[in-house]
Amino acid sequence: MRSGLALLAWIGVGVALIALPHGLSFSQQEILVFLTINVLLVASYRMLTLTGEWSLGHVVIMGVGAYASALYSKHFGVFVPAAMLLGAMTAALIAMGLSYPLFRMKGFYFLIGSFAAGEIIRLLWKRFREPFGGVKGITGIPPVPDVNLGIWDFVFFDPISYYYFVLAVVSFCLWLMWRIERSPVGLTFHAVHWQDKLAEAAGVNARAYRTLAFVIASGFAGLAGALQAHYIGAVNPTSFDIEQMVFVLTWAIVGGTATFYGPILGCIVLTVLNEIVLRGLGFEQTRPLIYGLLLILSVLFLPKGLESLVGRVLPRRATSRTRAIIGAEEKA
Amino acid sequence: MIDLIAQTGLNALYAAAYLSLVAVGLVLIFGVMGIVNFAHGELFMLGAYVVVALYAGGQVPYLAVVAIGLAFVGVVGLLMEWTMFRPLRDNPLGGLVASIGFLMILQALVSMGFGVRMAHVPPFTQDVIAFSDRVRLPVQRLIVIGAAVVLLGALWLFLKRTRFGWALRASAQDREAAALQGISINQTARIAMFIGAALAGVAGALTAPLISVNPHMGHSVIVAAFIVIIVGGVGSLEGAVIAAVAYAFIHTIVTTFWDGVIADIVGLSLMLLVLIVKPTGLFGTADRA
Repeated sequence: MRSGLALLAWIGVGVALIALPHGLSFSQQEILVFLTINVLLVASYRMLTLTGEWSLGHVVIMGVGAYASALYSKHFGVFVPAAMLLGAMTAALIAMGLSYPLFRMKGFYFLIGSFAAGEIIRLLWKRFREPFGGVKGITGIPPVPDVNLGIWDFVFFDPISYYYFVLAVVSFCLWLMWRIERSPVGLTFHAVHWQDKLAEAAGVNARAYRTLAFVIASGFAGLAGALQAHYIGAVNPTSFDIEQMVFVLTWAIVGGTATFYGPILGCIVLTVLNEIVLRGLGFEQTRPLIYGLLLILSVLFLPKGLESLVGRVLPRRATSRTRAIIGAEEKA
Repeated sequence: MIDLIAQTGLNALYAAAYLSLVAVGLVLIFGVMGIVNFAHGELFMLGAYVVVALYAGGQVPYLAVVAIGLAFVGVVGLLMEWTMFRPLRDNPLGGLVASIGFLMILQALVSMGFGVRMAHVPPFTQDVIAFSDRVRLPVQRLIVIGAAVVLLGALWLFLKRTRFGWALRASAQDREAAALQGISINQTARIAMFIGAALAGVAGALTAPLISVNPHMGHSVIVAAFIVIIVGGVGSLEGAVIAAVAYAFIHTIVTTFWDGVIADIVGLSLMLLVLIVKPTGLFGTADRA
């Protein structure tokens, strides 16, 4: 009976997500496309934080996926969806390389080290006109080729079409990440975070699992970057700078990272607030002011994030396993 | 060639002067409160805008404006301590995010008050000390260097010779042990925050006539300051000063002979190298991660 209800709820959510863009203005549809991509980005960021390390280089890793996919498709004529996958793999590979120096550090040092590594990559894009295009970046990136599926004519310049494409890809990736987190590997990520000495004593190679979480998260972030690059048609170093990283960090922290949906919730709430409510109410100039104030207030008065509110409203939704995880975090 | 090297050396000395003022404040705040103040570059920016508001507009003498900048930004630091860092003391990540929020507020307020364009600051003095035809040191830069030496010297005396200074260093070493000795943690946090913020503010006020003043100028300053405190060793004030001098020299030389972006890459690579080889920094001892 409960699974039947859950299925109905998921179908309802799906229908709502498919109907959503038709009630929005053109600029809101564009925001929706970026919001969906950012949901993938912030969910992948949570995967990275599962092992307890907070990176400041995640947006640059996203950029690696974007640049790689753009270069593969533009210079080597790779079929765009394949280029996107290759871009994601490139991001994962670069992350693999970075993990050797970075995972010699922990905590604050990892934070700063990941920032330095990311910034070096970003400055290389900025410095080298060949092949990265320098400050202006790469323009004229080929779009996803149009297809006609009979029920819907996908023209990917149109935000609605691209939204459906992104929605399908992101949903699949979220499902994958959810499965990974619930698998023995994902549970080991939690163990490495909360009980790393005990996990190591039990024969778990903590560093290998940290690296694995970092690489998987980077692959998904790279895919998010590729999805963004082929929609905008251009990438440049500024779109992956520390300011963008700060946004991802605040989505995750305002949403809360104890649950799978926390960062996604933070991303959606803050984006809607920032792009639609504040802009709609005419607070154009004071937007960063209000955003900054909300950030401080949420850290001060809602330290466990928006997800803790959801937990209060819907206590039955938490499964015994998530409750165990949240309980472990409260004790730590 | 000798001229070029001498001139580069003078440029580096000036960069080291204001950079060490910013970095020492950052180290002090991190040491006593365990919070990474991401808004530190914006405190620097605020100091510069005090000069824009008072010196460029009114008839207030320059040194008075610098003193006002020091006091004003110090008080802003107290405000940050009181509203954010005290409630978030046991939550480093929360403190970091709150300081990012504060950074956005400061940027927005300054943009609203002064506009996002570059602000013009008239030079305090046009005098130049010419060592030779090609080696010249503007007096304005000499003031920055002199002020940095005086202020850092005063800070050193304060930390090593006064009871407040001992209390500050004690709570930087071990907060709980310091509290058990009857040291007020709230008071040392306030002092550290005031001094740290005031140093950033005075650095901004002193350099305002020499650099481009805009609401986003804090970014490059904070990145350089992070490199300096990591290389010098988080928590080591002497290390921060030495690293600031070394970083300024390397950065200025690479900028002179190659370009600014390469210099940034070199700086960040050095920081990464230090993090890999000796994460406690060249002069740090305690691991405070």
